[in-house]
Amino acid sequence: MKNYLNEKTGLWSWLSTLDHKRIGLLYLFSVLTFFFIGGIFALLLRLELFTVGETIMGPEAYNQIMTLHGVMMVFMVIIPGVPAIFGNFFLPLQIGAKDVAFPRLNLLSWYLLMTGALVAIVSVVTGGVDTGWTFYTPYSIRTDNGTIWVVVGAFIMGFSSILTGLNFIVTVHKLRAPGMGFFKMPLFVWGIYSTAVIQVLATPVLAITLLLLTLERMFGIGIFDPKLGGDPVLFQHFFWFYSHPAVYIMILPAMGIVSELMATFSRNNIFGYKAIAFSSVGIALVSFFVWGHHMFVSGQSDAANFLFSIITMLVGVPTAIKVFNWVSTMYKGSLSFETPFLYALGFIFVFLIGGMTGIVLATLALDVHVHDTYYVVAHFHYVMVGGTLFPLVGAIFYWFPKMFGKMYSELLGRTAFALIFLGFNVTFFPLFFAGTQGMPRRYYDYIKPYETLNQISTVGSWLISAGFLLVLIAIIHSLLKGKKAPDNPWDGRTLEWQTQSPPIHENFEKQPEVTRGPYER
Amino acid sequence: MFAHSCMGANKKTGTAMIYIFIFLLLLPLSAFSSAFPSPATPISTEVDQMYYFIHVLSLGCGLLIVGAFILFAVLYRRKNNSQATATVHHNAWLEWTWSIIPFFIFMFMFAWGWLVYDKMRTPYKNALEIHVYGQMWNWDYVYKNGRKTAEALYVPVNTPVKLIMTSRDVIHSFYVPAFRIKQDVLPNRYTALWFKATRKGLFNIFCTEYCGTGHYSMLSKVHVMSLEDWEKWISTDPYEGLSMVEIGQKVFRGRCTACHQTTTQKMIGPGLAGIFGSVRHFEEQDSLTADENYIRESILNPSVRIVKDFPDQMTPFAGLLQEEEMTGLVEYIKSLKPEK
Ligand code: HEC
Ligand SMILES: [Cu+2]
Repeated sequence: MKNYLNEKTGLWSWLSTLDHKRIGLLYLFSVLTFFFIGGIFALLLRLELFTVGETIMGPEAYNQIMTLHGVMMVFMVIIPGVPAIFGNFFLPLQIGAKDVAFPRLNLLSWYLLMTGALVAIVSVVTGGVDTGWTFYTPYSIRTDNGTIWVVVGAFIMGFSSILTGLNFIVTVHKLRAPGMGFFKMPLFVWGIYSTAVIQVLATPVLAITLLLLTLERMFGIGIFDPKLGGDPVLFQHFFWFYSHPAVYIMILPAMGIVSELMATFSRNNIFGYKAIAFSSVGIALVSFFVWGHHMFVSGQSDAANFLFSIITMLVGVPTAIKVFNWVSTMYKGSLSFETPFLYALGFIFVFLIGGMTGIVLATLALDVHVHDTYYVVAHFHYVMVGGTLFPLVGAIFYWFPKMFGKMYSELLGRTAFALIFLGFNVTFFPLFFAGTQGMPRRYYDYIKPYETLNQISTVGSWLISAGFLLVLIAIIHSLLKGKKAPDNPWDGRTLEWQTQSPPIHENFEKQPEVTRGPYER
Repeated sequence: MFAHSCMGANKKTGTAMIYIFIFLLLLPLSAFSSAFPSPATPISTEVDQMYYFIHVLSLGCGLLIVGAFILFAVLYRRKNNSQATATVHHNAWLEWTWSIIPFFIFMFMFAWGWLVYDKMRTPYKNALEIHVYGQMWNWDYVYKNGRKTAEALYVPVNTPVKLIMTSRDVIHSFYVPAFRIKQDVLPNRYTALWFKATRKGLFNIFCTEYCGTGHYSMLSKVHVMSLEDWEKWISTDPYEGLSMVEIGQKVFRGRCTACHQTTTQKMIGPGLAGIFGSVRHFEEQDSLTADENYIRESILNPSVRIVKDFPDQMTPFAGLLQEEEMTGLVEYIKSLKPEK
């Protein structure tokens, strides 16, 4: 049977493809590769922290690996992750389109990501970068020259993000199937759409900031360096003006996936469709006004702290609404616990903890104590790994039959989930205590009282890695030995399930028409 | 089709979810055993109360939500493939309720957090003022009467203290967990912190803004003493009656331990035991035998000769040490013998 995978063959047919599905797979492959490298870095860091004193490396190596772990996971894994892989593959399918609006631009975005990544990786070769992924000035201006490369890399990757966002916005506006009004779009599309808006509006600010940083380093123009008359805190404002909304670039599409999973595996209409859709847009908008909550102790004025704290609390409301809606979607449904659904449920659990500790961090007097401690490390791993990576892996299993036309092994899938879920909590939960007890983040070494908590955490990291290895095995096993997948294995209602698995080159035999809501049964 | 092959497993998964539930219950409870370093300022107690309040509240809400989804998971498990499903789309009353309740909880937390924060930020009247300097990678303290120390921040108990802080290089952050206070320390301006310690003792100071290789070793202590002891401390010559080596040791503990050990073990800089009189090799491919002048120069202008295989990261101490301290350091380093 002809499909997008076997239509053309050979490496070049992939590297020059304009098919959104193939580009989605290019992203899948590259992001997973980065993820495994970033994961190995994480394992090394946790291993070093296993005991007090030097365990496997010295402080310089530790700081460089910590920086690389952060840069890779943020800029090369979770920011491009869901939008670039699944947005590319399923956005056109879910709205009944043949492709994205600008296929060539789409391919260019992938090449930009790869170029940026390559440039950043050059920094490893040319000498270490040890600034942390936040590149705070003035330290980042003074340390080794590798920093320029990483910054230039992040700058290029930013363009990939902007162009992808632009492409998706136009696609959603122009290419929806006849009959698909905005409120008949699946919630995944809403998630991707809100994200795209943030990508287009916020990423340029990062680009400008990184450019200024490079200019300052190369030509000594005083912008952030106090020695040259600059202001180092200005950098933090610029940086978080992008990087806070970026948190939502990571999480909104992931939430979209969770909505899909909840509806499909509950065989139910999603509860409060409009509330979920609007809360995505709401979060996207408010996210531009909360960056200062990263800077409560930076020396910014108390009045600013007041405003940033109260606005940050507001983000909590639409987030809570979403959680309630997902849980209610299960009510009187017909629930079946295949692997993707487990990831959705795991997401809700983990995200609750991430969200609630977010409220703790938004509370001024509490943040003063836990700011820049392991409490924050635990919090953002709960939100970013739990909130983005769980749905991402869930999505791999959910859409695997559609993408590759093969079923995976439920046994492998579920076991991997159990390991990841358990390992994740064992790794990161103890860190909330370490933080509350005062252990600062980005410490190569720590004082004795923190040792037990760190050891538990390190053991957890081994469990997670075992889980992810099993995911990899499940994927390979299924590609080699998987049963042929039916067109609609989960009885899903969105349009991607109405074409064959894997889909043909331009998605649908004949243009689908939409007459009912996305999850209506 | 595919769905029926895993009906049996659905039940097991349901049981597994109940374990998850218990897991959620147990983990946060363990928090109460050892969450905080014990409080040593009035504000700490207030922060702790708020902390426990919000965590217990979160736990309660979390249990409700997770409880609901576990209940649903058990009740609505798919028993056969043709099972009918409800078609509830939304429920305005319910949705408004669960939007408004969190809104009020969040606003309450905001307000409480602000009130306590405002208290932290309101200066004590007539506070004892101490200047704090951060640099890669240690802290030093200067008192109004000119007394300088890098050993520890000495303060009297039950006395309001104001720290006026600035950095000599990059951004650092001054954090005392037992006091629940923290403030970034910037190179281009002053920032301030207030506290009143209510217990005598030694309390950790950490740097909490990443500042390079030795960030983790930028440690210090607050030494809270009785008022009499403190007054005695501030008015006596710190080095009176001490031998040269003892003076050197004192200075070394305050200024050098972030990067050097007194054994042969290397840290960020070389271990200093036994270097005196030994042949030193440098990045420039030359070498010399360490004498007093070499040690002196290494401390005042370390960039002149970089020890082989080490980074050029040592703080130049020119201008930061008195002659007496300099001599003490040289003699102290001479006295360090490699352990057998
Ligand atoms: C910021 C970290 C740091 C601090 C603080 C520091 N040093 Fe160093 N020190 C180094 C490094 C790195 C080297 C090796 C590179 C060099 O020669 O500059 C070094 C080298 C030396 C040497 C030469 C050692 C040899 O093997 O020949 C001496 C002596 C020395 N330091 C003494 C001191 C003393 C005394 C202090 C405290 C007053 C001090 N250092 C504080 C980092 C530091
Ligand atoms: Cu520091």
